[in-house]
Amino acid sequence: MTLDLIVAQLFTGVALGAVFVLLSTGLSVIFGMLGVVNFAHGAFYMTGAYAGVFVLALTGNFWIALVAVPVLIGVMGLGVERFLIRPLYGRGQDYPLLLTFGLGYVLIEVVRILFGTDGMPFETPPLLSGGLDIEGLGYFPAYRLFVIAMTAALMLGLWILLERTRYGLIIRGAARDPEILSVLGVDTRKVFLLVFGLGTGLAALAGLLAAPMRSVNPEMGVAVLIEAFVVTVIGGMGSLLGGAVAGMLVGIVVSMTALWMPEMSEISMFALMALVLLVRPHGLFGRGALAR
Amino acid sequence: MPMCAASISAKGGPAVADPLLEVRDLNAWYGPAHVLQGVSLAVGPGEIVALVGRNGAGKTTTVRSIMGLIPKRSGSVRFDCADLSARPTHERFGRGLGYVPEDRRIVPGLTVRENLVLGLLAARLGKAAEAQAIEAVAQRFPRLGERLGQEAITMSGGEQQMLAIARAMLSNPKMILLDEPSEGIMPALVDEMADLFLDLKRGGTSLLLIEQNVELALEISDRAYVLDQGRLVHDGSSADLLADPTIRDRYCAV
Repeated sequence: MTLDLIVAQLFTGVALGAVFVLLSTGLSVIFGMLGVVNFAHGAFYMTGAYAGVFVLALTGNFWIALVAVPVLIGVMGLGVERFLIRPLYGRGQDYPLLLTFGLGYVLIEVVRILFGTDGMPFETPPLLSGGLDIEGLGYFPAYRLFVIAMTAALMLGLWILLERTRYGLIIRGAARDPEILSVLGVDTRKVFLLVFGLGTGLAALAGLLAAPMRSVNPEMGVAVLIEAFVVTVIGGMGSLLGGAVAGMLVGIVVSMTALWMPEMSEISMFALMALVLLVRPHGLFGRGALAR
Repeated sequence: MPMCAASISAKGGPAVADPLLEVRDLNAWYGPAHVLQGVSLAVGPGEIVALVGRNGAGKTTTVRSIMGLIPKRSGSVRFDCADLSARPTHERFGRGLGYVPEDRRIVPGLTVRENLVLGLLAARLGKAAEAQAIEAVAQRFPRLGERLGQEAITMSGGEQQMLAIARAMLSNPKMILLDEPSEGIMPALVDEMADLFLDLKRGGTSLLLIEQNVELALEISDRAYVLDQGRLVHDGSSADLLADPTIRDRYCAV
């Protein structure tokens, strides 16, 4: 086994991890704030990839898609929260869970009807189709570098939003105690709405970014949803840093196992999850006190 | 002082000519349990009014209903010339109705400063004005001022209570509903709190005060309502209630 093979696989793992990070961040923020276990998250990821196909066919410009897709699907998320999930608040966690579970299937079926059951090709954007060749270390595809950089920038931006701005203070406060925020004059329904939209937008962006790396088909969100849940559990429900660390960890573990024991790569993340939960039952960065 | 053109005339009801807060025929339910049964009360501008009664009499439910926090309720709430009966909680705050809940509700994970900033969010101040307002709190409550960067839930119960009251005061509300502010607090701090309430009154802020400590409540309040099993059983001046122990012994003994 040569060094450049290991490096290449490690790099693939980090790029894969970046997609997991984006996906689990949305999942985690929605759960942490709204207490909603969002089973439609994988479907939002998938619709993100398809919206990318659509916008790309319309404009032929990947950069427009990069902005338009999270906005489009994020707006769809706003509608879902406002009209489907909001009426279920205060009825227990299983109501929104069942609703989003069903919604996921509806979205998959709608995409099958509109775009067919076969997969769709998704070309790597021309500007990012090359790669970086580092002598003695290996070849790094530009698109994967872009996905990693984009994820890092987004996570940093999100961290600044949450920890350094008043909006972030409102979100953190409302995640812990929505009632006291409403008593202090904050319309918490609006906060919930925007957070759900943000989470769905992130899922859609993850789907779009993953499209050139993984295949685009109506079922692409099904497996990835499980992966995102695993990442969220490993990182600790509701923890931003936990999701970032765990996403990278899972991506690397999966792709490294694929190198040494390909037949084990599918279950390696579950083994990792079991191991983490044995040592830290609330996940790596979970406090366990967030659940109301 | 506001004169409400559309104020409901007080026919056999609250003995306040021009109330800031006027609650009429408030009913509230927890599931099938009818816990508030037709409570009417009023608080005038700059008045301290005590709401006393046994545990479970419905005091907390009354103020939570006034804030719109009980889902199943009926009756009307007028505040500062506006009918708030159907308005959401955050709008009631926006009208100048502050509330310090029984369990203080200091937000965990946030510092003392961040908890205070929560009280200023609705005011939408600039950074400078916000810092100025926090500085004023630090001056008035030195114990909070020393701990601005500390995680708020690590403070003592009394300090947390001061923080909860300071947070509610920051937006200069016209009225504050206080639920058991002296509960579990050392006596020296209770005196400090009583002074603070009298200060607020002098500044024109009305208070509706729920207290287990009936003596304290009657000493600093102008008038009092006595609640028993979800109904008002007595109202009158606090001085009279303080002088006549029969009603207190009947309805307020713990």
